[in-house]
Amino acid sequence: MSASSTNIPIDEDRYQSLAEELRCLVCQNQSLADSSAELAGDLRDEVREQMASGRSNAEIKDFLVARYGDFVLFRPPVKQTTWALWAGPFALLATGAGAWWLVQRRQRLGGPSGTAAPRPGGSAPARAGAEAGPEDAEREKARRLLD
Amino acid sequence: MRSLRFIIPLLLFAAIGMFLYKGLSNDPRIIPSPLVGKPAPDFSLPILGADGRAWGPEEMRGKVWLLNIWGSWCAACQIEHPLFNQIARDGTLPLVGLAWKDDPQASARWLDRLGDPYTVVISDIQGRAAIDYGVYGAPESFLIDKRGVIRFKQTGPFSPESIRDTLMPLVRELEAEPET
Repeated sequence: MSASSTNIPIDEDRYQSLAEELRCLVCQNQSLADSSAELAGDLRDEVREQMASGRSNAEIKDFLVARYGDFVLFRPPVKQTTWALWAGPFALLATGAGAWWLVQRRQRLGGPSGTAAPRPGGSAPARAGAEAGPEDAEREKARRLLD
Repeated sequence: MRSLRFIIPLLLFAAIGMFLYKGLSNDPRIIPSPLVGKPAPDFSLPILGADGRAWGPEEMRGKVWLLNIWGSWCAACQIEHPLFNQIARDGTLPLVGLAWKDDPQASARWLDRLGDPYTVVISDIQGRAAIDYGVYGAPESFLIDKRGVIRFKQTGPFSPESIRDTLMPLVRELEAEPET
């Protein structure tokens, strides 16, 4: 650590949490705070000095991103190239929920439904016959035909 | 209709599998530089062995040149060094060496031993200029055009193939570009 950066008092908590959000580029699974790589030390000094000169966290991050790219951030920003990364898990969750809902509805109605809205009681007029009528085997047969 | 229920998950699986498979061949040590297409950051650093005389990239304005970041402590730099010696003999591309976080005397000894292909070597002992170039390892090289814009970055050592197939064709392309 260079002498100039240790002499200026900075908010150590803010420094620590910022350094933990930044990736060490040499040992990529470590943060700047954790890494003992020489470059990480240089970049920690850089962050300290910039904090001491009154720069905000956003300005310091912008400084590093301009040089090292989004890769230095453990939390990548939402933008055109990363929207799939952020939205992907939610899209998969929605797909899964949709599939589950469809399966549930089919089971409740005792067969695949077309455009009919689900009725919790299963008492849609068109289906009324199915409730009282055929045995399971026949119902299964009918379902196959409809598919 | 019914078969769709099997085909859709299968296609999804294949698509995800393809992305993951492609990811296997990515080298995580190679991080795309945001600096390609941007003006080469300015600096003023002492020339090695010139009693503190300073040098900056603007001195290469109007030329296509390569900024090579190396250090006498860097093993991979020794691998690509003979290739630079060859480029210097051919006179096809001016090379500027930036000795990164290296003792100037060690840098000088290294060049005595392995040859000095560089037009000029500057010493970045603090590593501040290297941070401006987003350097995170050595060797790294930046190809800079006549207008002072970074056009290509090589992370890690060059190979005879990468010089022949990537670097030199690009140099010829940039040489043909106008100065302004």
